[in-house]
Amino acid sequence: MFCQECKNKKATVHLTKIINNNKKEFHLCQQCASEKGELEFAFEPKFSIHHFFSGLLDVDGLEAPVGVPAPTTKIQCDNCGLTYAQFSQIGRLGCSKCYGFFGERLNSLLKRIHGSAHHTGKVPHRSGSKIRVKKEIKDMRAELQQKIAQEEFEEAAKIRDKIKELENEVKGGEKKNE
Amino acid sequence: MNEGNFQMTRLSKWMEGAGPNSEIVLSSRIRLARNLKEIPFPYLASDDQREKIYSLVKGLVENNKETFENYEFYNLTELSQLDRQLCMEKHIISPQLVKDSNNSFMLLREDEAVNIMINEEDHIRIQCLYPGLQLENAWELADSLDDLLEERLDYAFDEELGYLTACPTNVGTGVRASLMMHLPGLVINKQINRILSALSQVGLIVRGLYGEGTEVVGNIVQISNQITLGQKEKEIIRNIHVVARQLIEQEEAARQALLNEGRERVADRAGRALGILSNARIIGSQEAMQLISDLRLGMDLGLIELDRKVLNQLLVVIRPAYLQKIQEKELDSYERDVCRATLIREMLEGKTH
Repeated sequence: MFCQECKNKKATVHLTKIINNNKKEFHLCQQCASEKGELEFAFEPKFSIHHFFSGLLDVDGLEAPVGVPAPTTKIQCDNCGLTYAQFSQIGRLGCSKCYGFFGERLNSLLKRIHGSAHHTGKVPHRSGSKIRVKKEIKDMRAELQQKIAQEEFEEAAKIRDKIKELENEVKGGEKKNE
Repeated sequence: MNEGNFQMTRLSKWMEGAGPNSEIVLSSRIRLARNLKEIPFPYLASDDQREKIYSLVKGLVENNKETFENYEFYNLTELSQLDRQLCMEKHIISPQLVKDSNNSFMLLREDEAVNIMINEEDHIRIQCLYPGLQLENAWELADSLDDLLEERLDYAFDEELGYLTACPTNVGTGVRASLMMHLPGLVINKQINRILSALSQVGLIVRGLYGEGTEVVGNIVQISNQITLGQKEKEIIRNIHVVARQLIEQEEAARQALLNEGRERVADRAGRALGILSNARIIGSQEAMQLISDLRLGMDLGLIELDRKVLNQLLVVIRPAYLQKIQEKELDSYERDVCRATLIREMLEGKTH
């Protein structure tokens, strides 16, 4: 049977509509049916990335990462109220605080998706200035080790002084905030 | 805000057909996902909270009049379903925003190359869409807009996890870089499936024209990064750039092979496509997309003279919402096929030699 819309392809979608006791039958191909919106009321479960990733999660603690005990109480975000069970159904977090409340379990998911749970990219300029300095210190420590290994002690001393300076800056900043 | 006369039928910058490698790369897109601290993500936020995010961005825009001189706010909830669909067909907004746009706004630059979406899946999404292969340029622009917004907004950022997003697949950099590529040579020589499946091994996703869950039509694919956490933005962009170079090389080789094997055959294919497109009275979108691809290949190989801009425009104007928008009424699929054929004939008239 050919599609009654395009008369070109095989009809694979067969619909019976009853409107005001009038029965009508439609025979359409996949394409015409979706163009007409007849597929809208979900024959085929549409693949959704959220469902897919939430499938990687678990609620019962079967796949809890090693070393993390299965939860004895319900895990819930204090800020928005989303529970971990809800998250594993929806596949989306409720607010930025959820990341803290779902902690370790979320980290293992992130590792599965991204192969890492450690951000190395951009840091916001204004709110992240302290974090940026910390990252800089980390980079400089690595450089310091390298210089020492290469026996370039003069250079190494310079870097060491810079690190001290930056560390004081971070401490000073923290005191001010208190 | 422009609420009345919504003129979306103009050209977007990406359709100009300029830019490096534009014979293979149609467009480059960078999208940054950003959220504000503590306020629930849009799907959980209350109307007041959504409204608050909009007014924060609005205030910021008013304080930076010079930067945002050519931008305009649109309330997506107040646009008709058709207008929203039209925005999607032009790749300005995501399919998701067409369906669900409660208190969602967009801040759109005049040339439609920049769009800042408010209350989509995340509180704020910055999108830059350029013609040809220019991911770096798109990134630099998105990066600078991001800095500007951050001066006033408190982003949800975690030292370990980076920018926090509604979906765990975007966390970290929040960057999605994607390229729209036309690869008819690789489809004809049947290499495409092998190459595309190899892409998934280097952390890239291949999708159809309109992103997630859409099929590949007209030999156009969209490739984008899968990983957003653990790599620097520049690494993500470089990775996709390197792969794009490879794809371009392979596609060029395939096209050259086609020419060497049978110049006449390729010219015939393009000529027939032109014949059908400039004479058909009824045409479906899938057939039209395939023929436009044939025509584009003929043009790229110098077998047919045509304006690239016209072909890029055709990709958009033959879509259902666009057709209905210019006809200013709803059309059933038969009426659309007639209208599509008429529009294509008109656009090709006088454009070929």
